[in-house]
Amino acid sequence: MAENQVEETPALQLGSKAEERVSVASNWQLVWWRFKKNRLALLCMVVLVIFYIIVLIPDFFATQDPEETEARLAFIPAQPIKFFDESGLRLWVPAVMGKRNPVTLRMEWQVDETKKVPVRFFTAGYKYKLFGLVETDLHLIGLTDLKSEDKIYLLGTDRLGRDQWSRMMHGTRTSMTVGLAAVALSVVLGILLGGVSGYFGGWIDLIIQRLIELLQSLPTIPIWLAMTAALPQDWQPEQVFFAITIILAFIGWTTLAREVRGRFLSLREEDFVLAAELAGCSRWRIITRHMVPAFMSHIIATSTLAIPVMIISETSLSYLGLGIRPPAISWGVLLQEAQNIQTIAQAPWLLTPGLFVILAVLAFNLVGDGLRDAADPYGH
Amino acid sequence: MTQTKPHLLEVKNLRKYFPIRKGFFRRVVGNVRAVDDVSLFINEGETLGLVGESGCGKTTASRCIIRALTPSSGEINFRTDKGDTVNLARLSRPQLRPLRPQMQMIFQDPYGSLNPRMTLFDIVGEPLLVNGMTDRKQRTERVAELLKLVGLRPEFMQRFPHAFSGGQRQRIGIARALALHPRLVVADEPVSALDVSVQAQTLNLLLELQQRLHLTYLFVSHNLSVVKHICDRVTVMYVGKIVETASTEAIFRSPKHPYTAALMAAVPVADPRVKTGNVELQGDVPSPANPPSGCYFHPRCAFAVEKCKTESPVQRELAPNHFVSCHRAEEIKLEGIAA
Amino acid sequence: MTSQSPLLSVHDLKVEFPLDEGTVKAVDGVSLDVYAGQVFGIVGESGCGKSVTMKAMLRIVEPPGRITQGKILLRRFNGKDGDTVDLATLDPNGKEMRDIRGKQIALIPQEPMSSFSPVHTIGDQIMEAIMLHQTVSEKEARRIAGQLLRDVGIPMPEQRLDEYSWQLSGGLRQRAIIAMSLSCNPLLLIADEPTTAVYVTTQAQVLRLLRNLQLQRNAAIIFITHDLGVIAQMADYVTVMYLGLVVEQAPVDDIFHNSKHPYTQALLESIPTVNMTPRMNLPTISGSIPHPFNKPKGCPFHPRCPKAIPGKCNTHIPKLKPISEKQAVSCFLYHEEEIA
Repeated sequence: MAENQVEETPALQLGSKAEERVSVASNWQLVWWRFKKNRLALLCMVVLVIFYIIVLIPDFFATQDPEETEARLAFIPAQPIKFFDESGLRLWVPAVMGKRNPVTLRMEWQVDETKKVPVRFFTAGYKYKLFGLVETDLHLIGLTDLKSEDKIYLLGTDRLGRDQWSRMMHGTRTSMTVGLAAVALSVVLGILLGGVSGYFGGWIDLIIQRLIELLQSLPTIPIWLAMTAALPQDWQPEQVFFAITIILAFIGWTTLAREVRGRFLSLREEDFVLAAELAGCSRWRIITRHMVPAFMSHIIATSTLAIPVMIISETSLSYLGLGIRPPAISWGVLLQEAQNIQTIAQAPWLLTPGLFVILAVLAFNLVGDGLRDAADPYGH
Repeated sequence: MTQTKPHLLEVKNLRKYFPIRKGFFRRVVGNVRAVDDVSLFINEGETLGLVGESGCGKTTASRCIIRALTPSSGEINFRTDKGDTVNLARLSRPQLRPLRPQMQMIFQDPYGSLNPRMTLFDIVGEPLLVNGMTDRKQRTERVAELLKLVGLRPEFMQRFPHAFSGGQRQRIGIARALALHPRLVVADEPVSALDVSVQAQTLNLLLELQQRLHLTYLFVSHNLSVVKHICDRVTVMYVGKIVETASTEAIFRSPKHPYTAALMAAVPVADPRVKTGNVELQGDVPSPANPPSGCYFHPRCAFAVEKCKTESPVQRELAPNHFVSCHRAEEIKLEGIAA
Repeated sequence: MTSQSPLLSVHDLKVEFPLDEGTVKAVDGVSLDVYAGQVFGIVGESGCGKSVTMKAMLRIVEPPGRITQGKILLRRFNGKDGDTVDLATLDPNGKEMRDIRGKQIALIPQEPMSSFSPVHTIGDQIMEAIMLHQTVSEKEARRIAGQLLRDVGIPMPEQRLDEYSWQLSGGLRQRAIIAMSLSCNPLLLIADEPTTAVYVTTQAQVLRLLRNLQLQRNAAIIFITHDLGVIAQMADYVTVMYLGLVVEQAPVDDIFHNSKHPYTQALLESIPTVNMTPRMNLPTISGSIPHPFNKPKGCPFHPRCPKAIPGKCNTHIPKLKPISEKQAVSCFLYHEEEIA
């Protein structure tokens, strides 16, 4: 090497170990480090992780079989867990006392704080199949006294005597998955069509853009209503689920496609893309290796913000009876039970699925915002 | 008598027009004449400076030459390593691909020219990978070699561009450009975005690499001092046209086109005892979408006459290897910069 | 330098940016004096702190940056000698500072395109500036604005007042922004890289204009740039900055022909000029500008200095001291006194 070789020292020197770490940090690591600094977003991410654990093993969290009905046990109020009693730290729930109403001849239940029913974490309950494979009966919460005939209803029961808490756990699985699946489908469609549109330009671009405009100008709610109403009544819940996902994604991909197209158009002009072309890279390699990774973090951030929209859409459709239908359980289906004032007045605990919806939507929004800020701090 | 070697690159009547579309049906109402009949040549091993202010078309011309853009018309005759000459302007993408290794580009922006998500090994190794060097060990060796060549430590291979300064990134870009043993390197304002002290280092590197690797440079720049330092010959562009071409020494000592002289006079010299700005140009640079009639420079030219407003000047050889496009080149006396 | 007291006097200014990764000392003890009727050039490469110094003078340093030490003494407009105000102590958004900005100190920004609002006419914007600081009627303000455009050499000024910034070419826009900065007859103009965004051939026009205006009005200009050529042509007195410190100050001729600091010398040697022998290796400064988080101990330039004195330059920071009536340098080659 000649005389004028410069012994270059790197630009960043935060102490050699830290420097080394930062220099070899890939973009994702940098994004994660920036994201971690946002405490609120991090907290919401934990909340979402909890939600998705519930999605994986809802039965573990449930206390009763969600399908089990018992008309006698209708509208039992919530039995909240208490942690202390006279003798110190001990878990218990107040028992319920039922009385038959002489006029309506229906059972009416009330919480009796004096009678304590001891409960325990990680105990046995009804049998279920973990992931559909392994049979087990381990649950998060259950009665201490396994021989007792008592049952606990952490969030009360609905008009058919079904345990609300357990149903909420199962509803979480459906509602959180539909949103995810619908957005995943939108992302795939959006990137594909948006990318083709942006990269190739010309006729293809024109056609796809007009299609997007057409779809976006259609009013979404009537479309959804029409499409779900067109679903055959006799379809299995799984088929309905699948169909709802497709319907939601049907219009959802358009916004993403537009963004992807915009990104492609601007990325096409970037010098590093040109350098790759001049080196002889194939079009495919340029798209997958250079262009897609460049906007992936942004896409993930915007997708995360699209999921709560899907959750609310599904919840709304199911609430109106046009989405997921019973016996399948989702938050919207659960909220159907709370459709009239009487029910709400008598059994306000039936509104708790709404709380879960709010929590999930808030968490997704804050995580999405945090991701977007971390991925794009100065808009690079 | 020895036969003069044919040029490495010969560009004839290159044009690149960008259509202006208006209206609902996007009809073409006019053209931005970014490159408007440019002819030049470069001999093997020399450095040709392509000079002009921003917007004059030099970047567009250089990108047409390297076929990053498709020219509207004209010839780009490139002598390949096999000795035959091909017209790059007429080749399709697949036909160009095998020739790509022979012409590479160094970019102006050290921040935009490197993919921030790829390590140095990926960036410098990509040209090797897509041209057949699939063995990773082989690539690692070659990348190490290239990094050493541009003055960077090979251990930096695993790092990402964000860990490096502007000057270092520019070196990475140079290493990438040299990976495939190119014969022609188009350097598009390679030092304009760098700090003054780093410019010197980078220019020295470019000179040294040219010596070592027998490179031919097309050096695009608006900085006359840099051009004078590194180029053998200079071509001056104005609003898409070439106004003057000559050896560096000749063009600086005695420019023959009024624009060239004005450009030189306008560059502030880093010496308070030398006052510049004596030749002051009135008016502003015209838009290539709507250039003036006749000679594009006539509205600002101190020597313009009637003919200049109506007739476009033709390029003529005024002195050996000194070409000018000006009606009055023989008559006017222009000041150059004392060597 | 004249015998009168300086128009603007900066004493040991320090500006810091506390960031997550550490504190950046963008300006680390800068002192300078600007006199009326003088073109004062500040030159340096990236990270030297010239922009931050300028912003500190106008109190427009972006948060989290803040002035941690030092004085910025401005001699008031029609005050007697000695009637000065320390700008560092004023509230940046307060009435007093806003009064000074535009009226006593004006800024000619780097990018004329982004300095004009695209939805207001040039005339409206200049008139706004005039009426903010002077009690005149709208009609009178318009007359003044027209005169200003004429002063800066814009043809058909009356017509231009009703045009928008994007209707003007680059050179005219630059002139218009100069007109706006002159609107209230400031005694001190700060020009922040005013010709970076214009064509080379337009640059010469703009520089000549600035010179003429400065002479006419006996204003002082603080001219900030990285371009040594422009400094050589424009400045009377030059300050060279490196990593937040002043390394040398001298009249322009001394800086270019009699520089003392190794950085100044090396910088001048490394720029290609049209007078040099072509294609020879340019002398370079070894190493590169350190990252602001990694400021070297002692003299900031010592790791790259060919004349560094081991044991002294790497442990102590030299102070800016005069070596002649008009020239000052901060380097241990010339001063024995050590400042820790």
